[in-house]
Amino acid sequence: MTRSFLARNPSVLWFLLILSAFTLVVTLLAEGFGLGLIPTAFVKVLGKTLCLCLVALAMDLIWGYTGILSLGHMAFFALGGYMLGMWLMYARTEEIVVQSLAGSPIPATPDEVAQGVATQIFGVVGASELPVVWSFAHSAWLQLPLVLIVPGLFALIFGWLAFRARVNGVYLSILTQAMTLALALYLFQNDSGLRGNNGLSGLQNLPGLGEVPQSTLSISFFLASAALLAAGYVTLAWITAGKFGSALRAIRDDEQRLRFLGYPVEGYKLFVFTLTAMIAAIAGALYYPQAGIINPAELAPIASIYLAVWVAIGGRGRLYGAVIGAAFVSLLSSWFTGGTAPSIPLGFYTIHWVDWWTVLLGLSFVLVTLFAPKGIGGLFDRFAHIGTPERHGADLGPDAGSLQEREAQE
Amino acid sequence: MSALLEVSGVSVTFDGFRAINNLSFAIGPQELRAVIGPNGAGKTTFMDIVTGKTRPDEGSVTFGETPRSLLKMSEAQIARAGIGRKFQRPTVFEDQTVSENLMLALKANRAPWRVLFWRETAADRTRVADLAGQVGLGSQLARKAGELSHGQKQWLEIAMLLAQEPRLLLVDEPAAGMSFIEREQTTALLVELAKTRAVVVVEHDMEFIRRLNCKVTVLHEGSVLAEGSLDHVTKNPAVIEVYLGR
Ligand SMILES: Nc1ncnc2c1ncn2[C@@H]1O[C@H](COP(=O)(O)OP(=O)(O)OP(=O)(O)O)[C@@H](O)[C@H]1O
Ligand SMILES: [Mg+2]
Repeated sequence: MTRSFLARNPSVLWFLLILSAFTLVVTLLAEGFGLGLIPTAFVKVLGKTLCLCLVALAMDLIWGYTGILSLGHMAFFALGGYMLGMWLMYARTEEIVVQSLAGSPIPATPDEVAQGVATQIFGVVGASELPVVWSFAHSAWLQLPLVLIVPGLFALIFGWLAFRARVNGVYLSILTQAMTLALALYLFQNDSGLRGNNGLSGLQNLPGLGEVPQSTLSISFFLASAALLAAGYVTLAWITAGKFGSALRAIRDDEQRLRFLGYPVEGYKLFVFTLTAMIAAIAGALYYPQAGIINPAELAPIASIYLAVWVAIGGRGRLYGAVIGAAFVSLLSSWFTGGTAPSIPLGFYTIHWVDWWTVLLGLSFVLVTLFAPKGIGGLFDRFAHIGTPERHGADLGPDAGSLQEREAQE
Repeated sequence: MSALLEVSGVSVTFDGFRAINNLSFAIGPQELRAVIGPNGAGKTTFMDIVTGKTRPDEGSVTFGETPRSLLKMSEAQIARAGIGRKFQRPTVFEDQTVSENLMLALKANRAPWRVLFWRETAADRTRVADLAGQVGLGSQLARKAGELSHGQKQWLEIAMLLAQEPRLLLVDEPAAGMSFIEREQTTALLVELAKTRAVVVVEHDMEFIRRLNCKVTVLHEGSVLAEGSLDHVTKNPAVIEVYLGR
């Protein structure tokens, strides 16, 4: 009975296989590396999509498995992006400042460089002092750990307060919405120290790699995103496979009962909330360099609601469902809103998808909730069940489901 | 005989309604006790107080050889201290298999970090199989608990209680929804269990209580009306008046 982890969880093997195949195909076809059939801009879209899949995995763990409908996880995603972005922006600006000061007769002192960086970055908000929150931004070694520490600590404190008070269900969802809204409003202020509504920009330029073309950088980011998604999937599959996963599902279905079995339910919730916040932060830290820009609008409450919609459409409570949902819906969404989807003339009215996509999305969400509560992943299970009717609910390998995911991404 | 659980002078008020009124109760470490009383007498609320679900307004609840107050402990801490509880309705994790339900209940460290790195051993599997066998679910290990019959769910919940290895078992109407044979098996099991631990059984069914053959506590309007053997309490005029006379 001591079979290996992969043998007991065939979905992991399938996922890794399909993800590698997909990654390989994209890399070979990409502009920066191979045949040049996929333009750099689309490589970035695909790389960003992989990051969204990763944050959807986190959402599935907290909502699909543990039953906590957090509507604030995109705040942690954005915080991760901000933390990495601060270093990127500082380092890049520093390069420019050093270059421009190189022409002067006396070599610039470190103070002059720092002053120059501050003026460059904060000129837009009428300041020339580097705010305290930027104290670590000059050093990758100091700033990069903050990608995990800041969102993690934030989630820990918020979760501790909320779970200790036994805030549950819809009240918790509202509280998380309030959290992300409050954070967004705070960041919108110029004196928050993060450039107000301008946000951070130029994140696509990596320090020291100014010579490397975006086509190459984009494929490196794409590969890094794929690697982290794979790591995230394996980690979460491992977490949910054992007794810990069993305890999480028990919290979702009847937390009171689990308490009477002696489990400190609040501790479990806090653990999962913080862990998923940190996974979201990693995903965000990888997403925003591919997007190039981050601003407080990214923390809008609606972003976190979209995240829940992806997971619901893909099928919650199964990891591959979350990945399918995020990939499928976000790619479809960028197609519809990107202006490439053909408008439908009805004679008396023309449907422009840019305006109607959200309506379509909302409608599909309602339909999925009503008719296919297990989402796309569940539909594939249902087809597969025709051949094997007596499987008593054990999850199938996601072969059918993952095919769909691949179709969606290519 | 020193008591394992001692409840003294406990009162609870819900929106001005006194559900438990100056209740005192004690049970020894290896004792079987039946608690009876009309609907709304406060039997379930009494269990809620002992297990930490409801906090009393006054009074004390202590547990163990060197008595510790339970009033400051969380539900989970109380459960880990050795008090197991079976609910009035069967509550098992329906979406998980019988074996997963039992594995969750198996006595082990409950801290998240320890559970994360916990891996089942052959001994755990044997123990789970034994427990399932003990309640007649030996062949159902791989089935989802939700697919079991009502009676089987009751049994699964009892097996989960046993897996916790509690020192005090609180059992709320275990025979509800059970067939005659299942009731007989349940009484036999409860009597057997009380040889090594304390067991409190709440039940309406007099025949069931009679077969338990133990001391009986009669609750009425939140306090103890009478206590003693079944024959003794059924002769008590006050008991006849409020409960048996109906
Ligand atoms: N949370 C609560 N809020 C308000 N009233 C409550 C609460 N819990 C119990 N009660 C009331 O306290 C009284 C005792 O209820 P309890 O459930 O303990 O009775 P019981 O003896 O278990 O009855 P039954 O035999 O029907 O199970 C009832 O009148 C009930 O309505
Ligand atoms: Mg009751």
